[in-house]
Amino acid sequence: MTAPSAARTALVTVASVVVALLICALVFVFAGQSPAEVYGTMLRGTLGDPTGLAEVGRRTIPLLLIGTGLALAFRAQFFNIGAEGQLLLGAVFAAGTALFLPVPGALLIPAVFVAGFVGGGLWALVAAALRRVNVNEILSTLMLNYIAVALVTYLIAGPWKGKDVRGYIYTDNFPQGAWLPTFSGTQVHWPTLLLGVALALGLQWLLTRSTFGYALRVVGENPGAAHYAGLSSTRVATLVALLTGGLAGLAGAGEVAGIHHRLLEASQISLGYGFTAVIVAWLARGNPALCLITAPLMGVILAGGDLLKIDLNLPFRVVDIFSGVILLCLIASEVFVRHRVQWGRA
Amino acid sequence: MKGLAALRPAPVKGWTVNQTQSSAGPPALRLSGITKRFPGVVANDAVDLTVHAGEVLALLGENGAGKSTLISILYGLYQPDEGAVELAGQPVRIGSPAQARRLGIGLVPQHPLLVSRHTVAENLALGRVGGLFPARRVAGQVRELSARYGLEVNPEARVSDLSPGEKQRVEIVRALLGGARVLILDEPTSVLTPQEAEGLFRVMRELKADGRSLIFISHKLDEVLAVADRVTVLRRGKVVGGVPTRGATRESLAELMVGRSVDFTRKRAGGPGAEAGALLSVRDLSAQGARGLPALRGVSFELRRGEVLGVAGIAGNGQSELVEVLAGLHAATGSVTLDSQALTGDAAARFRSGVAHIPEDRIHSGTVPSMTVAENLALRDFERPPLARGLARDLTATDERARREVEAYGVATPGIHTPTRLLSGGNIQKLILARELAGQPKLILAVHPTYGLDIGATDQVHRVLLDRTGDGAGVLLVSEDLDELLSLSDRVAVMVGGSLLGPFPVAEVTRESLGLLMGGAHPHSIPGADQGPTQNGVMA
Repeated sequence: MTAPSAARTALVTVASVVVALLICALVFVFAGQSPAEVYGTMLRGTLGDPTGLAEVGRRTIPLLLIGTGLALAFRAQFFNIGAEGQLLLGAVFAAGTALFLPVPGALLIPAVFVAGFVGGGLWALVAAALRRVNVNEILSTLMLNYIAVALVTYLIAGPWKGKDVRGYIYTDNFPQGAWLPTFSGTQVHWPTLLLGVALALGLQWLLTRSTFGYALRVVGENPGAAHYAGLSSTRVATLVALLTGGLAGLAGAGEVAGIHHRLLEASQISLGYGFTAVIVAWLARGNPALCLITAPLMGVILAGGDLLKIDLNLPFRVVDIFSGVILLCLIASEVFVRHRVQWGRA
Repeated sequence: MKGLAALRPAPVKGWTVNQTQSSAGPPALRLSGITKRFPGVVANDAVDLTVHAGEVLALLGENGAGKSTLISILYGLYQPDEGAVELAGQPVRIGSPAQARRLGIGLVPQHPLLVSRHTVAENLALGRVGGLFPARRVAGQVRELSARYGLEVNPEARVSDLSPGEKQRVEIVRALLGGARVLILDEPTSVLTPQEAEGLFRVMRELKADGRSLIFISHKLDEVLAVADRVTVLRRGKVVGGVPTRGATRESLAELMVGRSVDFTRKRAGGPGAEAGALLSVRDLSAQGARGLPALRGVSFELRRGEVLGVAGIAGNGQSELVEVLAGLHAATGSVTLDSQALTGDAAARFRSGVAHIPEDRIHSGTVPSMTVAENLALRDFERPPLARGLARDLTATDERARREVEAYGVATPGIHTPTRLLSGGNIQKLILARELAGQPKLILAVHPTYGLDIGATDQVHRVLLDRTGDGAGVLLVSEDLDELLSLSDRVAVMVGGSLLGPFPVAEVTRESLGLLMGGAHPHSIPGADQGPTQNGVMA
């Protein structure tokens, strides 16, 4: 076994995406569509068109924020599958701040972001605390997703239900001061995008250049050595949970403050960003900065998938097929990162 | 290897080695010149081994002597680099466990590998019988085998309801169903109560009477004497002796197991005088082991400035726990003072107060294999200047120091940014030494520091450790290699069942007396050990 070099890892990653696209092409053939036309439509409608590009951007923002946090968490072997729930809690805290807290105008947007970070972070800390009593964080974060959905539903149908929304279940609009500015004519709320880019670079620095990042890698890559050197795995797991949850919470704050301007049903706040971001982080192989490439890629697939529903009348599950096949190919490709294929018997 | 080759095959104290167990026909199994190398280690070095039909051969050796590798080769998990395997006179090549089973070699693993929610019959049918209702068809065969060898296995029982002994019998039945003529039992008694072990021995005798060959792996001498016909002893990958058990005693086997060195040289010249003050003082230390059993029972001793204190013992008698307690990795009651200061805190705090730790497992705790040489060298003080400024690491300083240490300790590596998993065991050990000794420690805890290293690296590690005693550091050296202990230590203690015997001045002990103490003999019955300062030891 040799060390997987960066070049080899990149090659295998790209190859696995290509294989995934080929498998999806086969699915399109069975659905009665020419793969060339499907991919053509996707590319033209996303990258080759200003409106499409804006749609890609809108989806890239939460994917970048969440993916960056997940990349860090995966490096520490903290398997956070609950970014969806953390995003929702971030949205809840952000909405609560925007609607009910008397924050002076200029500070309202920063306060909304801080609240989002705290909400998502606290939700992930629940899983980190449970991990101390040996509850697997994959299960706890996954379960917490459902609790988050129920909490949002309760709030918008109960205590936070808007005064002038009649039969609908959502809150009143946020005050204008809490609306995030967007690039004109689009839903790309640029402050959140800026935050995502800064955090992707910042967390990359944290991971490779800071003492905390060093401890995080030791804990993640060899818990035995961490124990031996007296590094606290619990402390690392707690901080990592706070960061990965907090970033998902920021994404939630961005969605409600930048696009919807109110808290509404969970399925409308997030289009499964918390799960798609797992692929973003995995594609980036645990490098937060590489999410700057992989998040837009998945953004293209999400936005392109929506086009396929509209333009080619494909079922709306087509996006899930894409995500699923890509994730499967990526996981299967792990073996090729570490091992060479040798034909014939050794 | 310190003249061990001269001992093979070892004629022990006037016994004639008589290998004519069943002289009719070729042996059931013959290994000749089996050699298996792993990076940095020769796990099996020209091993010869013969088992006849109707014979129980015990394979004896310490941890790391090469028993597991040899079994893995026999069962087709590894391919030997050199040497040949013959079954009933026919040369064979064992490419996989499936092939081993077809050839009639069965393995009873140390920890049973069964599906616990399934019944015994379902487990046994797995992978053997196809078609419908396979479990039903296998049940008859199981009853027949049970009756024949006294195996007492109920095919309908659910595995989750079985005791460890019963599960082991299921594994034996599985091997027999596969038509095993040669049966390997890998430390079968380690999970059994004494009564269950007795039952196992009865089954083994039945199997033997039926003409099957058994290879019995153990390091419990009484059991070997009770059940085996012949003993082959492995040490550091080599066969160092083979004797029939008839006429052998615990003492003679212990002596074989720990080996005897012809050109035994002492590397240690002086050592500290009696006037050297106490550096480490341990009083009445008790600790629990992994399963809540007492691992340390009231251990007390003193380590002087500039002294090398050796700790001998068979694995699992509390040596690991003693070191972990001192390093701050394991909770304990009792008191420990270093330089008259109470030694407390976690591992990081203790390192800062001068406790260096060369751990037992250099891959899984000593280093992070995926991280680079430079990063691994920074493991102890990455958070403090000069390697860090505030929350930021200083990569230039880290690299500079790494280059210096690699140079000073002669670590052979392609570069300081190479992941340590690509380094050999000896170079990883040098890296750990460089890191642990960088801060001028007062106390060096060294556990099996040369385990698996070649002669050159062993020598270097020894020299580095001895050098430090010149500056007043104390070394607590835990090793299973008595040669190493006797050649480096000023005093030697023995750990048995969590108690510490001694320490005894090195001039007053011999390999033989240590071997006996390790086996649990009373110190006063052993010549050479009875003048030792035993008041520190616990003589229950």
